[in-house]
Amino acid sequence: MKKLKLKELESCLQQVDTFESPKLLLEQYPTRPHIAACMLYTIHNTFDDIENKIVADLGCGCGMLSIGSAMLGAGFCVGLDIDADALEIFNSNIQDFELTNVNMVQCDICSLSDSMSDTFDTVIMNPPFGTKHNKGIDMIFLKTGLQMAKTAVYSLHKTSTRQHIQKKAAEWEVKMEVLAELRFDLPASYKFHKKKSVDIEVDFIRFSAKKVLN
Amino acid sequence: MKLLTHNLLSSHVPGLRPGGGFPLRIELGHPSELPPEPIPNFEADEEFLRRVHHVLLEVEVLEGSLQCPDSGRRFPISKGVPNLLLTEDDA
Repeated sequence: MKKLKLKELESCLQQVDTFESPKLLLEQYPTRPHIAACMLYTIHNTFDDIENKIVADLGCGCGMLSIGSAMLGAGFCVGLDIDADALEIFNSNIQDFELTNVNMVQCDICSLSDSMSDTFDTVIMNPPFGTKHNKGIDMIFLKTGLQMAKTAVYSLHKTSTRQHIQKKAAEWEVKMEVLAELRFDLPASYKFHKKKSVDIEVDFIRFSAKKVLN
Repeated sequence: MKLLTHNLLSSHVPGLRPGGGFPLRIELGHPSELPPEPIPNFEADEEFLRRVHHVLLEVEVLEGSLQCPDSGRRFPISKGVPNLLLTEDDA
């Protein structure tokens, strides 16, 4: 497998088609190619959690993280999302990129609970943050991800929630490591946004999946 | 949807027995090319392994449905994507 450089990965991910009409209530926005590339590069090079591994992408949307994982040599990737429109774009992306080891499932992450326990090596996600009448959804995604993963979960969470997450991680007996602090500049993708873009501080976190979750 | 993906999926229709809703029955137009049970000493049978590999990783179900073994509820597969969302009717 040709070793892909970070800049090459980011370049490729810039070709990924994204939401045509992002749905407000689902907090839809594409993970920026630069952020996705940096995340995946770290997961692959520092932790070796992508190449030949079975990877799940929770709340995959148009598939940015799944496609990047496939490019870094994932054995098999499954994207899960609730929205058929996003999955349709994901599907066309997969065809454009000619990927044969990526599948997707339409489902509600919040209703999976432990039905897919220990089915994936690695879970990667950019979950909804819970800002649209869905408070706590990021923790549901995280908990489900931890049940699904055998080795690790990589996720993005608002820095302002770090202490709360640390508490939960301790409760779940899961090791947590903040790998990087990022700034998301979410462009004004929704009509009501007054400023051109909003800066949110976000933690990129790795959770080890050794667990005692009920 | 590859068979590998199907193997991960189960039904969430409310009221199932613990461990129920799995495995989902794949409903397609044509029958599988594999025998219903693994043959004895299958690990050494190259031809059999090739067929298993093919069915597991190379065949994609594009249109069909998955049926819950307990409730009978059908989940459609369209353009290769299984839809496991429950509706208000399921509650």
